[in-house]
Amino acid sequence: MSSILKAEHIVKEYANHRALDDVSIEVPKGSIFGLLGPNGAGKTSLIRIINQITAPDSGTIYFDNEPLRAKHVDQIGYLPEERGLYKKMEVGEQAMYLAQLKGMPKAEAKRRLVDWFKKFDIAPWWNKKVEELSKGMAQKVQFIVTVLHEPKLLILDEPFSGFDPINTNIVKSEILRLKEQGTSIILSTHNMGSVEEICEYIALINNSKKILGGSVKQIQKDFKEDVYEITFKGNLIAFTNALWTGCELLGKREEEGFTKAKVKLTQHQSPNEVLKAVVPHVEVYGLREIIPSMNDIFIKQVESNSPTKKAENE
Amino acid sequence: MNKVNLIIQREYLSRVKKKSFIIMSIVGPLLIAAIMIVPAWLATSSEDYQNIEVLDETGLFIRNLENTEEIKFNYEFRSLEQAQKDLNEGGKYTAILHIPKVVITHPKTVQIFYKEKPKGSSISYMETQIAKVIENKKLEDLHNLSLDQISGLRPNVQIVPNKVTSDGKSEETADGVASLLGYFLAFFIYLFIFLFGVQVMRGVIEEKSNRIVEVIISSVKPFQLMMGKILGIALVAITQFLIWVVLSTAIIGGAQQFFKEELKAAQTEQVKKMESVTPSDSKSSESSDQSSEFIARLSGQLSMINFPLVLGAFLFYFIGGYLLYGSLFAAIGSAVDNETDTQQFMVPVTIPLILAIAMAQVAIENPDGTLAFWGSMIPFTSPIIMMIRIPVGVAYWEIILSMGLLIATFIASTWVAGKIYRTGILMYGKKVTFKELGKWLIHKS
Repeated sequence: MSSILKAEHIVKEYANHRALDDVSIEVPKGSIFGLLGPNGAGKTSLIRIINQITAPDSGTIYFDNEPLRAKHVDQIGYLPEERGLYKKMEVGEQAMYLAQLKGMPKAEAKRRLVDWFKKFDIAPWWNKKVEELSKGMAQKVQFIVTVLHEPKLLILDEPFSGFDPINTNIVKSEILRLKEQGTSIILSTHNMGSVEEICEYIALINNSKKILGGSVKQIQKDFKEDVYEITFKGNLIAFTNALWTGCELLGKREEEGFTKAKVKLTQHQSPNEVLKAVVPHVEVYGLREIIPSMNDIFIKQVESNSPTKKAENE
Repeated sequence: MNKVNLIIQREYLSRVKKKSFIIMSIVGPLLIAAIMIVPAWLATSSEDYQNIEVLDETGLFIRNLENTEEIKFNYEFRSLEQAQKDLNEGGKYTAILHIPKVVITHPKTVQIFYKEKPKGSSISYMETQIAKVIENKKLEDLHNLSLDQISGLRPNVQIVPNKVTSDGKSEETADGVASLLGYFLAFFIYLFIFLFGVQVMRGVIEEKSNRIVEVIISSVKPFQLMMGKILGIALVAITQFLIWVVLSTAIIGGAQQFFKEELKAAQTEQVKKMESVTPSDSKSSESSDQSSEFIARLSGQLSMINFPLVLGAFLFYFIGGYLLYGSLFAAIGSAVDNETDTQQFMVPVTIPLILAIAMAQVAIENPDGTLAFWGSMIPFTSPIIMMIRIPVGVAYWEIILSMGLLIATFIASTWVAGKIYRTGILMYGKKVTFKELGKWLIHKS
């Protein structure tokens, strides 16, 4: 599988701290890649290096198998986290300006913008000043301008912040549609729900270092803890007694006459053996493996890697 | 390059379309025109017209006091009391000039009576006129000279300034008008550097606080954005300047036309009046000789100014000075989050500018002095000081050296500003110190 972007051993130091310490990531073509990490971890530094806003102190970046060069900026679309528009400029004029800065011919920019404005329901605002727009509408304009030149790589930093649920869905479906069309997307976000929903690969950066990376499915598999949820009807005490000594009951809850028990298998048994043990005592309706959420993995990884936390724990 | 053009275009159009630009384009020329026209209008207005009744007890002064456009002498033979009574009752005269018999020996005994005080210059004019007549009388008595011989005694001396240039030739120079022109152009440069330098700074702060800057520098290099902004605003400045020149010329020209008509009417009226009182006034022709001589001198001085050089130098120092200061203002704008934080950085940048305009006074007085020389070499003051010196005449090597230094410095300052700018525009919520700016300068991007 070829990659659209490959960053190798990136190091970036600022006057008083190291923002990126030997970070490598690889974004497969046509995928959605989640760039995760707490605030101040170094995500924005990495994104700025990819956008050639700043240069790394050491390390190399390949874009579409070529060393990253100035000409590639037109093939990248970037929606920064801190984003804005010229307040006094007219919406359409401004969108045209930003599109042309990305190297689009005027007529082409105009044609595509008109389509996008219709699609996002903001066509009547073409001649309005930006300061008259609501925040959500301004966000739409920014999103359009980012994707308008049909970049090969789209870098979206917190794309959903500032959108209401309806617009979040519109943008989300646009992102997925762009992916279908072959666009590769780097998504930097704190919203773990959307990571699980749309990202195929992630890299987790904490304290300037990459501490986790790979496909979301693989990571979740790696972080599975052999916990199953068993849904049954019957006596809870009988159920507990029937559990193998190698099992641990983590929790339970009652739901519409069913009991849902969370069971951890401590000795790598198969779930079948557990079922065998409990089936004679209660009526089992379901068994489901509990896959750790990205949110849990994120918190766990960041906390265990944070030097202050470690110091506290010791 | 294409992208820089786009930025220049946006910076230019967004400013030229602003209401404030249009207002400035109209108000500026009106102000300039007012500065030029109002004094001239005040001078020609007949508000302080003095119709003086001269009571001459000596008989020496009759028809020997020269009338001017503002002051007309009328000679009467009656008592002072009678004249005062008339004045009080609103007679045709505005004041009574009483010259007693003893005036030759006691020249301080002349009195003037009025209801509204004539302006100081009118009184001193009368004093010189009276003194001249007394002097003539005394010379006549002492040497038995005729009036013609006496006027021959007073040659009209005029010192023509000649500058010896380095190639050994001497050339007549044009001082008065030239340094006035120089000051005018220098002041324009000062004004425009300030006005439009601050606009560069505001523009940078606007992009930073709007948070649009990161979007733009993902498409173009920070240096391109900065240069596009500086050059775009330079074009706005030039546009504004051209509008000012065209409009104020039109206004002043129109006003001149208007006043000429009025002046002509007033003059013919006055001539008529004069003729009725003094049918043969030889003195008035002398005074018109003087004024035509002044005009000849003025046009002579103007013709001595090397206009192509002056205009070329003006454009050069205008653009060079603006680029130098504009880049510094851009750097300031990038280092702060909002305009109130600019103070500490503005001071070191604006001090040389203010110093230059203060030095301008000295440079006018002594355009070849040490201060003027160094002021016109140091690039931070040279756009203003050199502009004052050039119309008066400066050696070419000095001009070339000064221009070379300015070019070198603005290249350096743009480079420095670019370094500060590309770090500064992405820096938020941090009070930046000079030490920090220094770090940005040496740190690679």
